[in-house]
Amino acid sequence: MLMQTAAGKLMKVFLTRRIPPEGMKILSAAGICEVSQWDSDEPVQRADLLKGVQGAHGLLCLLSDKIDAEVLDAAGPNLKVISTLSVGYDHLAIDEIKKRGIRVGYTPDVLTDATAELTVALLLAAARRLPEGVEEVKNGGWSSWKPLWLCGYGLSGSTVGVIGLGRIGMAIAQRLMPFGVKRLLYSGRTAKDYAAEVNGEYVPLDTLVSESDFIVVSCSLTPETQGMCDKAFFSKMKNTGVFVNSSRGIVVNQEDLYAALSSGQIAAAGLDVTTPEPLPTNHPLLTLKNCVVLPHIGSATYSTRGIMGALSAQNLLGGLQGTDMPSELTF
Amino acid sequence: MIHNRLCSPKHHCHLSDTCPQIHSHLAMWCSRMALRRLQQVAVTPLNMAGGLTSKVQREMSTLPRVYITRQIPPEGLKILRESGQVQFELWDSDDVPVPRKELLQKVKGVAGLVCVLTEKIDTELLDAAGPNLKVLSTMSVGFDHLSLEELKKRGIRVGYTPDVLTDSVAELTVALLLTTSRRLVEATHEAKTGGWGTWRTLWLCGHELAGSTVGILGLGRIGVAIAERLAPFKVKKFIYADVAPRPELASVINAEYVSFDELAKQSDFLSVCCALTPETKEICNKDLFSKMKNTSIFINTSRGGVVNQEDLYEALSTGQIAGAGLDVTVPEPLPTSHPLFTLKNCVILPHIASASYATRNNMSALAANNLLLGLRGEPMIKELKL
Repeated sequence: MLMQTAAGKLMKVFLTRRIPPEGMKILSAAGICEVSQWDSDEPVQRADLLKGVQGAHGLLCLLSDKIDAEVLDAAGPNLKVISTLSVGYDHLAIDEIKKRGIRVGYTPDVLTDATAELTVALLLAAARRLPEGVEEVKNGGWSSWKPLWLCGYGLSGSTVGVIGLGRIGMAIAQRLMPFGVKRLLYSGRTAKDYAAEVNGEYVPLDTLVSESDFIVVSCSLTPETQGMCDKAFFSKMKNTGVFVNSSRGIVVNQEDLYAALSSGQIAAAGLDVTTPEPLPTNHPLLTLKNCVVLPHIGSATYSTRGIMGALSAQNLLGGLQGTDMPSELTF
Repeated sequence: MIHNRLCSPKHHCHLSDTCPQIHSHLAMWCSRMALRRLQQVAVTPLNMAGGLTSKVQREMSTLPRVYITRQIPPEGLKILRESGQVQFELWDSDDVPVPRKELLQKVKGVAGLVCVLTEKIDTELLDAAGPNLKVLSTMSVGFDHLSLEELKKRGIRVGYTPDVLTDSVAELTVALLLTTSRRLVEATHEAKTGGWGTWRTLWLCGHELAGSTVGILGLGRIGVAIAERLAPFKVKKFIYADVAPRPELASVINAEYVSFDELAKQSDFLSVCCALTPETKEICNKDLFSKMKNTSIFINTSRGGVVNQEDLYEALSTGQIAGAGLDVTVPEPLPTSHPLFTLKNCVILPHIASASYATRNNMSALAANNLLLGLRGEPMIKELKL
C-alpha cells in the first residue's frame, strides 16, 4: 500500500539525470514517491540542482554531481537518503552527510563482467591492431594481400601477466585462457587460492614484467601502485610485449609509456583509463598507432548500466522506507 | 598420415570436461594440442637424406631451381636455405606483388614454385614455366588463384596451408566481435576528437556477451574455436546451423543444432564461419537480417561472397540489426567510397584474420616444407587433392 508522509503526501525524490528504464520502473512501481527529474543525458547545472533538491526526501545522483553542504542545505531536513549511480563516492561530502544522519547507497560488484569483457576487447584490439586495420581500410591503405602487413601478436602459446588478481583480474584471466595462453602469471600483495582455476603462478612483479607477452593491470590504486608502470617497468618488458591498463590512470606514468611505445621498447598498449579523464585531444599518446585509448567505458553495457540503475533505485527505496538497502555505503 | 601423428594414445584432451569421449576423431578437434603438434611438424627444418648440408660444396647449378613470388616470412626462407636441397630466387618485396612480366620470365625452367594468393597460376604461367615444374606450393588456405585442372593435367603436385591458422582466425573473429559489440572504433574516435566529456549513463553502451545466445553459421574447426573462446564470457547458449548436424564438433562446445530461421531469431551474436559455395553465396541477405533481433551483432570472417552487402547496409542503417563486423568483403579491397564505410555501427577490417607473426611464419614454414617434400617425391604435410 502507499506509504505516505505524516502529511499524507507522497515522498519527494529528485533525480539529477535520466536513468536507465529499469530504474525508473522500480521507482514508479513502488508507489511511495513523487519523482522529479533533470530529464537529460547531460549533467544538471548547479542552479537547477539547488532548486530541484528543495524539500526532497531522497536524492539519486551521478558521480558528476558534487553533493556538498550547499546542496544538503538547499535540500533541507527532509533528506534521508542519497543514492549514487556509481561505485565511486568521492563526489559526496561524506562528513556532512554523516552529520545529518543521511544514509547512502552505491553500486559496487555489478560491473565485473562488463569490465573484464572490455579489458579483453582492448587487449585484442591492441595486440591484433584492429584500429590500425580499420584506418587503413578507410583511407585507401588496403591494396593487395601482403604476408606481414598488419601482423599482430597472438595469445596462442603466450605468457600473460595479471597485476592484481582480484575479482576483475580473475574474470579477465578466465576469459583469456581458451585463447591458448600457455602461462598465467600474477602479482599482488598475497597469493590467491582461486588462482588455481586458471593455473595462476604467483610471482614477483619483476618476474611478471620480464616474462610476460601480455600484461594486464587490474589492481586497485594505492600509494604503492601509483606510478608503478614507469620507465623501469617498461624497460624490463619484452619488445614484443603488449601492455593494457583498465585500473586507474595514475598507476601509469604516461610520459614513460609514450617513450616506450614510440621507441619500440614495447610493441603496443591499450588504456581504458588515463590521467586526466578526459585525456586532452592533443596528448601525445593519441598520436601513436600502437596505442589504443578508450574513454573509460569499462562498465558501459546496456545490461550493466540497467542493473546499476535498478540497484540505485532499490537503494533509494530502502532509504525512503527505513529498511535495508541492497548496497549501503557504511561510514 | 597427419591423423596418425596427432592422435597418439597418450594425447590428453585438455577439454576432457566437455569431451565425453577421448576418441581419435575428437582428438583432432582438441584444437590446441593438435595444432601445436602440427605447428611443430610444419616448422621443423627437414634434413636431407644422406646427411648433406648446405656447407657441403656442390655445384649450385645441379640443384633444382625454385622461384618464390614474394618475400615470405623468415621461417620459410630459412628452411629452404638450410635444406641444401634447392637453389632459389625470390621477388624480394613483402608488400608489392611481382609484376606479371617479371614472373613469367623468372619461372622459366623451375622445378618448384612458391606463391601467395596474388599470383594467378594459370595456363599462361604454367606454359612459361615449362615441363620441369613438379611442385607448386601456395602460402594460403584458399586456392581460387590456381587453375586446378591445368595443374592436374601436367601432373604438378600442389601444397597449401590449412589448419595452422585456426587459432589466429578464431582470435581475430572474437576481437572483431568485441570491437563491434563494445563500440571500440566509435570510442577511440571520441577519445581523439573531443567527444569524451563528463560521465553519461548510456554513452557508448554496448551489448554484453554475458547471458547471451551465440549462433554460428557453418560449424567447422574455426566455428568451434570461436565458441571455445567466447564461453568464459558467460554466454548462456551456443546454437548453430549447417547443411547437416555436426554432433562431434557440437559436443565440444555444447551447441544445439537449429534451423537457419531459428539461428536468425535467437542469436544475440551471429558469426558466419561457412565455406563459400553456390549454396551459401549471399545467404546472408535481407531474409536473414529481417528475422534477426534489433539488438543483434553480425560478424563475418568467412568469405565476402556469403553476404549481400546492399542488404546488410539496409539492415544496419535502418536499425534492423545493431551492428556488424566484417573481415572479408566483395571485392577485396573494398573501395573507400562504399556506403558501408559511412556507418558507425559497421566495422571493416582488411582480411587480417591470419595475420599474426607466429601464424604467418608457420604458413611460410609449412609452404617451404610442402615444397621440399614434393620435390623429393614424398607425401607433403598438406597436399591439395586435385
